[in-house]
Amino acid sequence: MERPALDRINATIRKGIITGLVGPDGAGKTTLIRLMTGLLLPTSGQIKVMGLSTHSSQIHDITGYMPQKFGLYEDLSVLENLDLYADLNGLSVAEKKDAFKRMLAFTSLKPFINRLAGNLSGGMKQKLGLACALLSRPQVLLLDEPTVGVDPLSRRELWTMVQDLTHKGMTVIWSTSYLDEADKCHEVLLLNEGKLLFNGPPEDLTKRMKNRVFQVEVPLKNRRKVLTKLLNLPYVIDGVIQGNKLRLVTSSSLKNSLRHRVPPRFEDAFIDILGGISKGDSILAENFPLKKQTSSSLIKAENLTKRFGNFTAAQDISFTIKRGEIFGLLGPNGAGKSTIFKMLCGLLQPTLGEALISGVNLKTAPAKARSHIGYMAQKFSLYGDLSVEENLNFFSGSYGLQGPYRTKMIDLMVTIFDLHPYLNSNANLLPLGYKQRLALACAVMHEPDVLFLDEPTSGVDPLTRREFWTHINGMVEKGVTIMVTTHFLEEAEYCDRIALIYQGINIATGTPDDLKNMVKTRKMPNPTLEDSFIALIEKQGVQ
Amino acid sequence: MRRWPRLKALIIKELLAVWRDKKSRITLIAPPLIQLIILSHAATLDVNNISLGVYNQDKGWYSHELIQRIKGSPYFKHVYEFGSFQEAKKAIDLQNVIVSVQFQPNFSRLITRGQPASLQMILDGRKPNASQIVTGYLSSIVETFNTDILTQKGVELPVPLGIESRAFFNPNLEYILYNVPCLVAILSMLLALTLTAMSVSRERENGTFDQLLVSPLQPWEILVGKLIPAMVIGIGESTVLMFITLYLFKIPFSGSFFLLYFSMIVFLLSMVGVGLFISSLSHTQQQSILGSFVFMTPTMLLSGYATPIENMPSWLQPFTQLLPISHFFIIIKGLFLKNMPAGDVLMHTWPMALIALFTLSLAGWMFKRRIE
Amino acid sequence: MTSFSRQRFMAYLKKESKQILRDPSTMLIAFVLPLLMIFIFGYGVSLDANKIRIGIVMEEMGNEARNLANAFLATPYFDAQTSNDSTSFEEEMTLGRLRAIVTIPQNFSQNLLEEKPSPIQVILDGSEPNTAKFALNYATGVVNNWMAQRAIETKNPSQTTLVNPEPRVWFNAELKSRDVLLPGSIAIIMSLIGTLLTALVVAREWERGTMESIMATPLRVREMLLAKLVPYFLLGLGSMTLCVTISILLFGVPFRGSFFVLFLSTAVFLLASLGQGLLISSTTRNQFVSSQISIMLGFLPAFVLSGFVFEINSMPAPIRALTYIFPPRYFVTILQSTFLSGTLWELILPNLFAMLLIALFFFSVTTYKTTKRLDS
Repeated sequence: MERPALDRINATIRKGIITGLVGPDGAGKTTLIRLMTGLLLPTSGQIKVMGLSTHSSQIHDITGYMPQKFGLYEDLSVLENLDLYADLNGLSVAEKKDAFKRMLAFTSLKPFINRLAGNLSGGMKQKLGLACALLSRPQVLLLDEPTVGVDPLSRRELWTMVQDLTHKGMTVIWSTSYLDEADKCHEVLLLNEGKLLFNGPPEDLTKRMKNRVFQVEVPLKNRRKVLTKLLNLPYVIDGVIQGNKLRLVTSSSLKNSLRHRVPPRFEDAFIDILGGISKGDSILAENFPLKKQTSSSLIKAENLTKRFGNFTAAQDISFTIKRGEIFGLLGPNGAGKSTIFKMLCGLLQPTLGEALISGVNLKTAPAKARSHIGYMAQKFSLYGDLSVEENLNFFSGSYGLQGPYRTKMIDLMVTIFDLHPYLNSNANLLPLGYKQRLALACAVMHEPDVLFLDEPTSGVDPLTRREFWTHINGMVEKGVTIMVTTHFLEEAEYCDRIALIYQGINIATGTPDDLKNMVKTRKMPNPTLEDSFIALIEKQGVQ
Repeated sequence: MRRWPRLKALIIKELLAVWRDKKSRITLIAPPLIQLIILSHAATLDVNNISLGVYNQDKGWYSHELIQRIKGSPYFKHVYEFGSFQEAKKAIDLQNVIVSVQFQPNFSRLITRGQPASLQMILDGRKPNASQIVTGYLSSIVETFNTDILTQKGVELPVPLGIESRAFFNPNLEYILYNVPCLVAILSMLLALTLTAMSVSRERENGTFDQLLVSPLQPWEILVGKLIPAMVIGIGESTVLMFITLYLFKIPFSGSFFLLYFSMIVFLLSMVGVGLFISSLSHTQQQSILGSFVFMTPTMLLSGYATPIENMPSWLQPFTQLLPISHFFIIIKGLFLKNMPAGDVLMHTWPMALIALFTLSLAGWMFKRRIE
Repeated sequence: MTSFSRQRFMAYLKKESKQILRDPSTMLIAFVLPLLMIFIFGYGVSLDANKIRIGIVMEEMGNEARNLANAFLATPYFDAQTSNDSTSFEEEMTLGRLRAIVTIPQNFSQNLLEEKPSPIQVILDGSEPNTAKFALNYATGVVNNWMAQRAIETKNPSQTTLVNPEPRVWFNAELKSRDVLLPGSIAIIMSLIGTLLTALVVAREWERGTMESIMATPLRVREMLLAKLVPYFLLGLGSMTLCVTISILLFGVPFRGSFFVLFLSTAVFLLASLGQGLLISSTTRNQFVSSQISIMLGFLPAFVLSGFVFEINSMPAPIRALTYIFPPRYFVTILQSTFLSGTLWELILPNLFAMLLIALFFFSVTTYKTTKRLDS
């Protein structure tokens, strides 16, 4: 490796506060946390935690650590996992009882207490891992991207809980790629390519962005096109869709602008310090053939129901998705999103009802029907031992691409996603951002009509996320239909319509603005999508 | 249709997945070679280098002469002389010798007088196979000794009947000529089984399996896509092993290579079927590995490799016919040593083909069922 | 020195035990496979060639010839059939249906009467060298016996032998290979549980990422290793008890030693195997590679380099040297003696000591190598 994972970092983290650890993929966040836990030792320099050298084995007595992928024992039940970690951390019987109560309430895993961890949904596993890590009351708590794949409701609860802990004197280090979380941290360490770019309260960085953030209202139909145009302006460094509005960040302050000024966020500063998002239209979309504009519904769910034994994971779900639409499937962990998603793309057989793609049932459909869909999963299921090129070869081949056309498509993907330097590297050695690019490339090479995206930007940094959505927006303009699940509600704003799933039931469908309007009250005149998500779920919970 | 490019992509991917990972590449090459070399020499039922003890209470010429003859035999490497029965007993107990020969005090005197003298042999029953063979060796030495001394004494002996023996196919009864062809079969089986047994469960654990299922690939295409690479690697590996057998071990090959490869393909197909079946049954790699072990160990024991099938009780023998490897043993040994004609090879190939058909359809059925 | 926490140890132990009990594959390897092996050895497989199929070619049908043929037909060692033509027998031998062809030559009876040499011809199937050797030994025995019998019956009572070999077999008078194979198979099963199973479960923790979470808890390396060890140790002892019980009660294998020695030596052997398994998995951290190495260094030595089936003394010197570094040869020696010959401390102690030494070696390397770091 030419570049060290961490390069001459000097920093002090204060006691009793939450310190955020942010930076793009490959910045060295995980390495820094592992150094603090003593699981890795520094090549040079030294690190002390509460005055203790990380060489000492006692380091594990004062620190609690949640790795990115928390190691749950899949063949143990929820309770047994909790029990194990409680005992490993030396909790007494009384402490255990109290801690379990707290954790089960927080994770809402109480109904699943005897279920094997392996049978939990991805998000529930993450929450259980978090609960296991929080069981002990260490002096220093190290969390490595604890909220990836966790729904907004639990994220909010987690935040409150961790804040509580700091009030009792605990020091928390929280690595994250969700920068709204960084906003709430007392202090932030911003890493890039192994170097420390910023160390201090997030406000210090955010205030540089004053007068540089604006909101403009645009016609709903044209918002994607307008955004693309605006992003091409030289002084616009970032822009996202927020319902029927666009939020733009400029490279310098525009004091006299008539546009509606909005307060800056840490994310704006983050993007600014890293030089703005990559510009330009999506070459991917430009090269995409225009899909025929028919008004017919492309995806149709008809009374979809799925039962696993006594448990109903999805109950009577119906909706239709039109061509060229982005449809979002939202809901808390374990609500049944994944089940519905899997039934739609043919991975699960519904107990009742039908899932149709272009009028064909995928489960019984011939290979031909399947060749019109693209699928990109949460964990970017690439063949890790195969090189980037071999992955492209395989996926293009498995969709029946051949001859010069196949070569052309592969070349195109390599150019668009800038995969050249990595062509011969194994896919599992790629930085996360590149993994995501490769996964997208593999999913769209055969120019599908429908694209299934299951938490496609989970854990990637905002820069990569923007680039991803540039491609998606471009493809939608060409008539591709998108079905997406996400826990990142900023991202849900890109959707044309959203279905909110709770306990296997579709509790609300509509545009992002529709959902916001549903919960608008005098107390909350301007709810965000996250506010609306939480309010709608809580309302349902009360009923 | 576009079926072939899809299959091709799948096959290339499988081959690369095995080949690109350095660890799995090494485990593909090194263990079979090491196993072939060690097993070919270690897994022998030959008995030589025998340690023998003598407790000679007789001081005469005859016992001395017989001991010299034993010492002269190529089988007996160490001959220890004991001063007491206790010493002899201890040596047997501690397995320092496998047999102890004991001469009575009047051994030579009796023989000089022309009276029969007994030669006591104590054998270690903890090594039944070796004991039997050692008894055979000693008996034939004593036999010759008898004839010689009787002749020497001028006794008119009836003309001995005499036995002329010769061995077909392997004139010197060298164990290695039997062993190495069998090992080629065993190691090929091992490889085909482990390669396929883990192929599906590994994708399941890595999450790439879903990716395959949403692609236009049909379940049977995925199955074929797993089968062909395993066959290619299996046949490649067998070729390497054959090469070593022919050129390093210099085992003569008397039959037709065409027939060998033909039957080997059928044999490997049946094993790949078993492997895929185990794979479709397992949730985890651990289950795949242990599952193939549970299949392999009894198979090896019943295959007739170390223990001839004809020694098994008659009710058990039909079961061995259900194991492809017991058929393949006959074929591969036949082709190496006996120049087995095509008709005979086919006679043992069709049961394997039947088994292959069965295991593959079972795997296909399981596979389709598990995907639901 | 860091403390040893009973709570942490017990928690990890409990977790490990639950995983063993839940995964059908561990039960399969610890109880089903051993039972299968025991039954195969007990009911079927044996090294003794007791019914070798032979063909007898009668080139003449005189009295003496038929007498001799009857001797072959009567012996329990052979399953003989007669014919006056050798071609069909030769074909059967190519197919592996006959292991030997005994030819009683033309004018056999006549020559015998005239005391002219008339050798019996034995053609052996060299593709099964071991069976061939047995066949030749037995055939020689049949012919010699027949001759001796004949000498007594006919008028020629003159002496034919002076030295009479009197073989006596200790410990296993009938030379039943089952009595040796059943105890020996315990070594194979123990090495499967000790090495293969342990190697797999630890490698799985690395692959699944549970190791990183565990390492970050206060659990100490010693607690972890010990807690990994104990359940598999008990599983091994349980499996061994099952094997021994069935061997003795169902198959009547004699047990002349002491159960204390049996348990002690199994315990020591398990320690060595477990140590080996732990070392393999913490080095490779990959299930596939772990399994391959475990087969190479655990299973095969137990099968081939232990003296269980194949005679160690008959192996070439380099391989004989190799058998000393693997624990199975010591264990098999103790097992077979404990079952068949009783408690021979002089034999047991050095073997026990050797296994202990190997176990100690594996454990010190494992403990040394297992630090709570990701990059070591």
